[in-house]
Amino acid sequence: MNGRTYEEVAVGEELPALPIPLTRTLIVATAIASRDYQDVHHDPGLAAERGSKDIFMNILTTNGLVDRYVTEWAGPAAVVTAIKIRLGVPNYPGDTMTLTGTVTAKHDDDRRVEIAVRGENGLGAHVTGTVAVRLPAKDVR
Amino acid sequence: MTAYEEFAGREILPPQEGPDPVNVPMIRHWAEAMGDRNPIYLDEDAARATGRPGIVAPASMIQAWTMRGYAPAPDGGGTGGASGAEELYALLEKDGYTSVVATDSEFEFHRELVVGDRVSVREVVESISPEKSTALGAGRFVTTVRTYTDQDGEVVAVQRWRLLWFRPKASPSSEQAPKASRPRPVINRDNAFWFEAARAHRLVIQRCAGCGTLRHPPGPCCPHCGSFEWDAAEASGRGQVYSFVVNHHPRHPAFDYPLIVAVVELEEGTRLVTDLVGVAPGEVEIGMPVVLDWLDADPGLSLPVFRPQPGVAS
Repeated sequence: MNGRTYEEVAVGEELPALPIPLTRTLIVATAIASRDYQDVHHDPGLAAERGSKDIFMNILTTNGLVDRYVTEWAGPAAVVTAIKIRLGVPNYPGDTMTLTGTVTAKHDDDRRVEIAVRGENGLGAHVTGTVAVRLPAKDVR
Repeated sequence: MTAYEEFAGREILPPQEGPDPVNVPMIRHWAEAMGDRNPIYLDEDAARATGRPGIVAPASMIQAWTMRGYAPAPDGGGTGGASGAEELYALLEKDGYTSVVATDSEFEFHRELVVGDRVSVREVVESISPEKSTALGAGRFVTTVRTYTDQDGEVVAVQRWRLLWFRPKASPSSEQAPKASRPRPVINRDNAFWFEAARAHRLVIQRCAGCGTLRHPPGPCCPHCGSFEWDAAEASGRGQVYSFVVNHHPRHPAFDYPLIVAVVELEEGTRLVTDLVGVAPGEVEIGMPVVLDWLDADPGLSLPVFRPQPGVAS
């Protein structure tokens, strides 16, 4: 599995887009894998009573997918130091969320790279935020 | 000082240890569900090859270690059982804020978690907002700081966490109390295609086959070139508020009030009369960017409605 070294990354670099089909199974499986049993993440009837048109993805999963997106690009040696997200429109079943990212900053002192991340679905921006990862130096690989 | 303001700075969750130490089976479930194939989460050798002592847990998974899990307790935070939290949840519930969604999470990770780590979390209220009108309903934003520590009391991560507690609006597509039917549109040979497309959640615009001019509402003949030939173009679903009124009276039992009736100008240039949803009447502005959504009013009738372009309002 290849990864990125700190030196290889430039501010402005764009990460390849990652479309994620939002199946009902994904939304339920990830809620349970994150130990989140709130009804709005698995029970359509109760979700409707709470004013939602359907079940929707929980925020722990959005964190997990953003984490996966950046570390898939950065490689296994990358260490995640921050994940800061804001949620917009919900991720409902049947939609697709496409994650995109751009390198926005590099910090030479601790080889830390910041990536602005955005996840769009059919309704608009589901998530916007920043992920910071520490990357290996060239000779450590 | 209001009861809500008094919560600022208060610990609502004393340090609580997660039920299980960091372990490979739970990491496997997480990585499988997330579709995360990073080998450092499951493969000891791959983790060592990156300079780590062994398998580590995904950074984003930290919250999962302290989740309450499945329990028949009242809804609310993922973790629970503390008196301060219960007091806050009771106050929110008394004021009708019965639903909750997470809106922000800001993690800073101090170190990676390894198998065997025992994670605890404590939670302190940073602020509780005054009531705000949101797309979901009126509610309050509760911002807390959650501090995660290990078995030695060392901080492993800090999370600023924001939940919106709100009064749910009536569901747009609820199958509960049978509601009066919306007045039926008058459908004829000229406009049937438009309502049929709407039933399939497609917003279309009639287009003259002679000169290409778009027109709405549908009609038999192009007002520009006089041609009777036409087809339909797909609308992008983006537009802006051209004009609007807020209907308070008289009321029809099929509608929710206040009812915002707007003329939306589509990106393509035509305008249509529609409802605005997900926005308080006082927040609507002429020129406001809006996006298409669908109202399934009843089984035979779907209509386009518009909501503010996400990311613009809070």
